[in-house]
Amino acid sequence: MPREMMPYLLAMVLLVVGVYAIVVKKNIIKIIIGVICTEYAVNLFLILVGYRQRGIPPIQTADMDPTQFAQGAVDPLPQALIVTSIVIGLGLVALMVAIAVRLYEKYGTFDISEIRRLKG
Amino acid sequence: MVTGLLPLFVALPLGIGFILPLLEKAKRDWNWLGDLLATLGTLALLILSLLLLVAGEGVYWIGKWSPQSIIGIALVADGLTKILLIIINLVSFLAILFSVEYMKRYTSKPLYYSLFLIMVAGMNGVVLSGDLFNLYVFLEVSAIASYALVAFGCESEELEASFKYLILGSLASTFILFGVAILYNLTGTLNMAQVGEALAAQVARTGHLSRAALLATAFFLMGFGLKAAMMPFHAWLPDAHPSAPAPVSAMLSGVVIKALGIYALCRVLFSVLGVSMSLQPEPVPEMGYVAHVLMALGVVSMVVGALLMIGQWDLKRLLAYSSISQLGYVVLALGVGAEMAQKGAPDIASLAIFGGLFHLFNHAIFKSLLFLCSGAIEYGTGTRQLREMGGLGEKMPVTGGCCRIAALSISGVPPFSGFWSKLFIILAVMRAGHYLLGATAVLVAFMTLLAYIKVQRYVLHGKLPARLRNLKEVPVLMCLPMIALAVFCSLIWLVLPALQSGFFRPGVEVMMRGLQYAQMVLR
Repeated sequence: MPREMMPYLLAMVLLVVGVYAIVVKKNIIKIIIGVICTEYAVNLFLILVGYRQRGIPPIQTADMDPTQFAQGAVDPLPQALIVTSIVIGLGLVALMVAIAVRLYEKYGTFDISEIRRLKG
Repeated sequence: MVTGLLPLFVALPLGIGFILPLLEKAKRDWNWLGDLLATLGTLALLILSLLLLVAGEGVYWIGKWSPQSIIGIALVADGLTKILLIIINLVSFLAILFSVEYMKRYTSKPLYYSLFLIMVAGMNGVVLSGDLFNLYVFLEVSAIASYALVAFGCESEELEASFKYLILGSLASTFILFGVAILYNLTGTLNMAQVGEALAAQVARTGHLSRAALLATAFFLMGFGLKAAMMPFHAWLPDAHPSAPAPVSAMLSGVVIKALGIYALCRVLFSVLGVSMSLQPEPVPEMGYVAHVLMALGVVSMVVGALLMIGQWDLKRLLAYSSISQLGYVVLALGVGAEMAQKGAPDIASLAIFGGLFHLFNHAIFKSLLFLCSGAIEYGTGTRQLREMGGLGEKMPVTGGCCRIAALSISGVPPFSGFWSKLFIILAVMRAGHYLLGATAVLVAFMTLLAYIKVQRYVLHGKLPARLRNLKEVPVLMCLPMIALAVFCSLIWLVLPALQSGFFRPGVEVMMRGLQYAQMVLR
């Protein structure tokens, strides 16, 4: 397995770790951390999509030639996508934690196996 | 001129939705202003979508970017979009009319309207978006608003349901973003038309779909399948839909799972990946797999949804399982359509896709009518359990009549609307040669009829319980939306031929000629 593939594989491993936390863990806070972990995995994958080996940051200074810049710079578009994705994740996590706090007030526990009044 | 109005579909509800929380600080006497703004806003959207229906197809490039650059964002209104826009704005207008009275019993009306309008803005953005990442952003906007709306009552069960919906929904969105990242990596652009062209060129060159595109398809099927409540991914729906307030349940079950789930799935599978294109000289095997997966998802959802529906005693939970089952019909029809289009039988394919889209439209109408009726019943009797109701037919004639019309319609009794769409789907499946699937579809229709006979017997017939002796009909503003939807259900057979040729055929064409979407956008 070539060395260049390792970051992509590790992003997938991070995704699987997040899904494991969501599925197996019983504490609500750990489930929320699992969701955050999957979001990190996607953001990491997006960065890797735009990566270029020995690339320069996508900021063009005044003395740089445009074609040389376009050939040497890392792709800036996924970085914009990641910023949007981080903000969406922020909103989601804020909502999750707010609902978790309210759930604690109503049920008295953070254990998801006891928060199970809706059945069938 | 009309393409200039496309951003209004997103801007108008977002603008009103951001102004309304200011009313939260004012006293309760100012609630009428919030009602008025929300009603006028959704009415304006409905009129705009009707105007768009008679205009041609249009593309609006935001900020005057052009098709030649890869970073422009486009809003695209083609045949499929217009069908969804009408469904979304019609149901949201009627649901807001219903909630003027219904939400008086909840805590804060201006915040409710604000969340509702943000959800509508997100859905309009999803169906108008011509760009993969824009689709994802608007999908998240709408989904987050709906998570908050499900928890609006803040009781323990509603919070539990909302939390489950939240976790599963955010996992699905993460998978969708993964799919978008893979497609960007493959093609270098996010515009759906350009991605479609690049993938088609690659398939024409090598003769099969690349493994990365197949992985992206799998991610999309999981993500959008969860938003559309297909069977392995349906677990959030039976908890979330009953717990939400009734107009929000009508929206969730009637429009949100269609706009965020089925429309997005169709757009990505048919217009970007080109599942319905039959490539000469020999068909691409991976597209066949995708069509078969769609059919399998559809059949499993249909059957298991119907089986789980019959034993429910909570009215709204029964309706929620019924949504899973009926959307299984739609996905089955779309899968059969894609398979037939690949095998070169375009007449069967267009019949199947027309049946699927027509059933989508009908389901939006009668399922939201059923949820509004259940809301009216809950408003009057204070309960959702079927065993505690009875004999409501005499005391609440309008609600009872509308509930009966909707139940007959969803069961597929002629001449109501559900009969025609189920007929077309079953005909198309049988003509495609899948006799076992067609027989299953007929059996599921019988099971649906059984469940709705149970609903009618416990709700409308039977003995009125003693504590409900003083039951009155619900207020006029709650009756009007129900009557409007019931009129649609009963009279649609009169305009069916005109509807098929004028309204549904452009949408069917869009899906049949998947990759020609690219030519329309990039012209």
